[in-house]
Amino acid sequence: MMLMELQTPISEDVIRSLHVGDLVEITGIVHTGRDAVHKFLHDGGSLPVDMRGGVLYHCGPVMVKEDGQWVCKAAGPTTSIREEPYQAEVIQKLGLRVVIGKGGMGDKTSAGCKEFGCVYLHAVGGAAQVLAECIKKVRGVSMLEEFGSPEAVWELEVEKFPCVVTMDSHGGSLHKEVLALSKEALAKLL
Amino acid sequence: MAGLKDNLLELIRRTSAEMPDDVNRVLIDALKAEEQRTTAEFALKTIHANIELAKKKSQPICQDTGSILFYVHGPVGGDQLTFEEAAREAVAEATKRGFLRQNSVDSLTGKNSGTNLGPGTPVFHFTQARDAAGLDVRLILKGGGCENVGVQYSLPDSRIGADRDLKGCRRAILDAVLQAQGKGCGPGVLGVCIGGDRATSYAFSKEQLLRTLDDHNPSPELDALEHEIVATANQLGIGPMGFGGRTTLLGCKIGVVNRLPASYFVSVSYMCWAFRRRGVVLSADGGRIEKWLY
Repeated sequence: MMLMELQTPISEDVIRSLHVGDLVEITGIVHTGRDAVHKFLHDGGSLPVDMRGGVLYHCGPVMVKEDGQWVCKAAGPTTSIREEPYQAEVIQKLGLRVVIGKGGMGDKTSAGCKEFGCVYLHAVGGAAQVLAECIKKVRGVSMLEEFGSPEAVWELEVEKFPCVVTMDSHGGSLHKEVLALSKEALAKLL
Repeated sequence: MAGLKDNLLELIRRTSAEMPDDVNRVLIDALKAEEQRTTAEFALKTIHANIELAKKKSQPICQDTGSILFYVHGPVGGDQLTFEEAAREAVAEATKRGFLRQNSVDSLTGKNSGTNLGPGTPVFHFTQARDAAGLDVRLILKGGGCENVGVQYSLPDSRIGADRDLKGCRRAILDAVLQAQGKGCGPGVLGVCIGGDRATSYAFSKEQLLRTLDDHNPSPELDALEHEIVATANQLGIGPMGFGGRTTLLGCKIGVVNRLPASYFVSVSYMCWAFRRRGVVLSADGGRIEKWLY
């Protein structure tokens, strides 16, 4: 298990050097985006933020306004597979280098990662406090009125945000591997 | 009413921020069992750090504070409407304070109510008993990720070779574990119901999650099956978060209800590791806390 420190914006070379099973820590800017955002982009919408070379985080945080400032109370990943129909297209459209989520994604996203130089990182699902601690500042929000708080695009400044590479830019997928092995194991135990 | 509302608000806060001891204990064993310097160990260490931090900061263990499921058991003649009103107020207040995420969305317009209140949310299950002294209120917060991997089988099911017997139930339950992989935020706990109709079967499978992980099923047959399912699931190598590893399930709880001759449902509700389940016994009017549960 190798630990890599990533600083945004991230170059394609750095992304290509990552492999399934590597542990990474991200420092820099991360944008959240989940179901509503993916559908919106797929339907031809565009966002008022530039994410080129950046990181899209499948997350619907708990945000509270305190003294006029947004404060993040909890921010773990949401299940990514729901974005499978749209993800590859969104990676290309926004010029993403990293998608963070949980549960893994499918072949279409894997092909997109390979073609456009992107990786899928798995954050620990449910670890909303550990991950919120890595968020140093909420820099802004867009689409709040349109999509509501959990679905809005939050711009977050993060420090050493920990994840595991589970889909790399070479076609590798830990999810595929584990599914195949567990299927085989179950067949023997039935 | 004000006392009841405040007590329910505290129940919500505790449920969102503090894990029940029985689940914590099994998670500690899980960490000890994993191989060191693996992604599975990394996941479990992160989970433990998260549990500590949530409790210390009195903030949600997981940002998806999920479906709000109240199970209320009280004396005959209890006033359910007043309870519901107090609970709704408590839920709205808990949302404002950030113990709960804004989680109630209009299914047609996509509009978030912002308060967690709306048609169908929160959910109440009321039961009564003649000899109930106080009001037993239990709360489960069940996130969407784990809810989405829940599944219902109608036996016989030739896809998985499951007949209408306990062996067939075992096949169905283990297939549910295989299909879920890490997507339900494993290591998880299964609540299972054998029998019922489609709706009651799912509802009863969720009720199994009110049982503590260290309890025993009153049916020796089902007790054995519960243990066997956990042992077998933990040999599949799915592991925490589906990273691969030794702990895939923390527990399995199986209940049975009668069925129609024509139906044989096996319903599986998957609960994530962030098993938010708490309870409290209140005086019959809800104003005084008698004791905390779990």
